Amino acid sequence: MKKLFTSREALLCLLILAMLLSVGSVAKDFLSLSNLLSAYNDTSILIILALGQMLVIITRCIDLSVAANLALTGMVVAMLNSSYPDFPVPLLMLFGMLLGLTMGMINGLLVWKLEIPAIVVTLGTMSIYRGIIFLLSEGAWVNVHEMSEAFMHIPRSLHLGVALLSWLSIMVVGIFYYFCRYSRSGREIYAAGNSPTAAFYTGIDVGRSQFIAFSISGLLAGLCGYLWVSRYAVAYVDVAAGFELQVISACVIGGISIMGGRGTVTGCVLGAVFIGVINNSLPVIGVSPFWQMAISGAVIVLAVIASSKAEKKSGRIILKSAAIVPSR
Amino acid sequence: MEKITEQKWQLSKDWFKAIKLPWEFFLILITALVFTLCSFASPYFLDVWNLSDATFNFVEKAIVALPLAMLIICRDIDLSIASIIALSSVAMGFAAQYGLGLELIVIIGISVGVLCGLFNGWVVTHFDIPAIVVTIGTMSLFRGISYILLGDQVLKDYPDGFEYFGQGYIYWVFSFEFALFLLAAVFFYALLHKTNFGRRCYAIGNNPTAAFYSGINVKRHRLLLFVIVGALAGVAAVLLTSRLGSTRPTIALGWELSIITMVVLGGVNIMGGAGSIPGVFIAVFLMGIVTFGLGLLNVPGIVMSIIIGGMLISVIATPVLIKKFSHRGS
Repeated sequence: MKKLFTSREALLCLLILAMLLSVGSVAKDFLSLSNLLSAYNDTSILIILALGQMLVIITRCIDLSVAANLALTGMVVAMLNSSYPDFPVPLLMLFGMLLGLTMGMINGLLVWKLEIPAIVVTLGTMSIYRGIIFLLSEGAWVNVHEMSEAFMHIPRSLHLGVALLSWLSIMVVGIFYYFCRYSRSGREIYAAGNSPTAAFYTGIDVGRSQFIAFSISGLLAGLCGYLWVSRYAVAYVDVAAGFELQVISACVIGGISIMGGRGTVTGCVLGAVFIGVINNSLPVIGVSPFWQMAISGAVIVLAVIASSKAEKKSGRIILKSAAIVPSR
Repeated sequence: MEKITEQKWQLSKDWFKAIKLPWEFFLILITALVFTLCSFASPYFLDVWNLSDATFNFVEKAIVALPLAMLIICRDIDLSIASIIALSSVAMGFAAQYGLGLELIVIIGISVGVLCGLFNGWVVTHFDIPAIVVTIGTMSLFRGISYILLGDQVLKDYPDGFEYFGQGYIYWVFSFEFALFLLAAVFFYALLHKTNFGRRCYAIGNNPTAAFYSGINVKRHRLLLFVIVGALAGVAAVLLTSRLGSTRPTIALGWELSIITMVVLGGVNIMGGAGSIPGVFIAVFLMGIVTFGLGLLNVPGIVMSIIIGGMLISVIATPVLIKKFSHRGS
C-alpha cells in the first residue's frame, strides 16, 4: 500500500490532477469534457512517440532521429497525397509506417551489426533524414489546399465522440501494455537493458533486442508522420524540429531510467500527459508561452533528482562509488 | 552491452595501431583529400581571405568542442552547451543595455557560463544522475530562461569596441577568434596530454571505480570539467554575440549536436576513456572545410547536414567494417 502511494506513477497522477484542478479553478471551461478531450488529442502524438522511445531507452540506447523520421515520412506521405489524391489514405498510412520502420531498422542495424553507440548513429541519421526531406521537396511546402479531403479528415473523424487520433494513441498504449508485460520480445528488451551480461548468458541476443526497439520506434515515428502532417495541415523541412527532446523529456519525467532496464508504460504515458497538460494550461492561465520551455526543463531536473533518491533507497549499494559507473 | 561495445571499439582502434595508423592520420588524410577536391572544384577556395572568413563559421563551436572532448572522455556529456551560450548572450545583452563597460560585459558573459556549468556539474555529481538526462533538462531550462527574459525581443545595444571579439583581426588575415581558438587548442592539448589532470580524465573514463580507489576525487574532477565546459561556452557566447551584434533567445540553436559531432568525428569515444585533442582539432577543420567548400559550390546548408551526418557514421563504421571483413578473410 505504501508502495502504491510513493510510486512515480502515483505521484505523477496526483501532480497532473492537482495541475488540472488548479487551472480549472481559474478557468472553468478548462475542465469541460470537450476541452480535456481536445487536450488529450493534442498530446496523442507525443504519447505514441514517447512509447517508442521508451523501448529504445530501456535497451540502454537513445533515438535522436524520431523527429526527423516523422518529418520525412510526413513529407513523403503529403507529397504522394498531393500528386495522387485518389490513393486510399489507409494504404498511405501503412506506407508511411513501412517507411518509418525502414528508417528505424537502419538505425537498429547500425547499432546491432556495427556496434556503433546509438547516440552517434541517431545523431548522424537525424541530420541525414532531415536533409533528405529537403532533397525530395526542394524546400517547398505542401500546403493544406494540396491535400485531399480524406487525408485531412481521417484523424479528425469522431468515433463515440472521440477523435480517431486519440483512439489510435489509446490503441498503441494498449498494444504496448501487452507487449511490454506479456510478449517474449518485450521481456527480452527489459532483460537486455537491465543487465546485458546476464541477458547474454540466458541466451538473449542483446543487439537483436535493440534492433527490435529501434524498429518499433521507427514504425511509430512513421505513423506519427502522417498524423502530424494531417493535424497541422502542412509539411515542410523543419516539421517537428527539436521534438525528439520533448519525447525524451516525456520518458524521463515518466520515470524511464536512462541507464536502461527500468520504466513502465503507465509512467511513460503519464510523463507525456504531464507535458501535454503544461502546454495546454499555460495559455489558459495567462502565462506567456515563453515559460513553457523553462518549466519543462525544471521539471525534468527535479524529476530525475527525485527518482535518483528513490532508486538509491530501493537498491542496496555495497560500494558507494559503484553508483557512478554506468554513466550512459 | 556497454562493456562489449567498448571492447570492440578498442579493438578497432588497435587495428589502426597495428599497422601504425593512428586515428589522427586517418583524419588528416580525409581532410587533405577534401581540401584538394575543394580547391579543384572552386576557383575561389584557395584564397586566404576566403579561407579566413570560413573559419568564423566553426571557430566558436570548436572552442566549446575542446573542453567537451575532455568531458566526454570522462564518460560525461553536456547537451546544454548551446543553451548556456544563449543564456550567457542574453545576460550580456542586458548588461550592455544597462550601460555596463566592455570588460564587465565580457566578465558577466563568462561567469554566467561558469554558473551554468557549476549547476550541471553539481546536479550530476551530487545526486549521481547520468549527465545526459540532467543536461537534457538544463538544455530546456537555460534556453527557457532566455525565452522568459527576452521573449520575442532583440538586444543589440552593445558598446563600441565589443565587435572586436567576433569581427576583429589581430594580424593580416588572422582573426581574433581564430587566434583565441589556436590558443585554446594549445592549452587543452597541454591540459589533457601533459598534466596529471588530463591523465585522470582517461583514468575516470576507463574505470571510474578503479579511479576512485586509486585516490582520484572523481566527483570533484567531473564537477571541474563541467565548469570548464560552461566557461568556454561563455567565451563562445562572447565571440558569437560580438560577431552577430545582437542577441535573440534562438541564438546558437541546435549547436550542441554539431559540436558533439565534431568531438565524435575527432575520434573521442562517446563511451569515454579514449580520444585526443589533436583528433578533435583536425575534425574541426575537416568539418569547416567541407562546409565551406560545399558552400562555394552552392550546396544548401541542409544538404551539407546529410554529408556531415553520413561522414559521422561512415568514419566510425569504416574501421569496424574493415575489421569484420579482415577477420572473415583470415
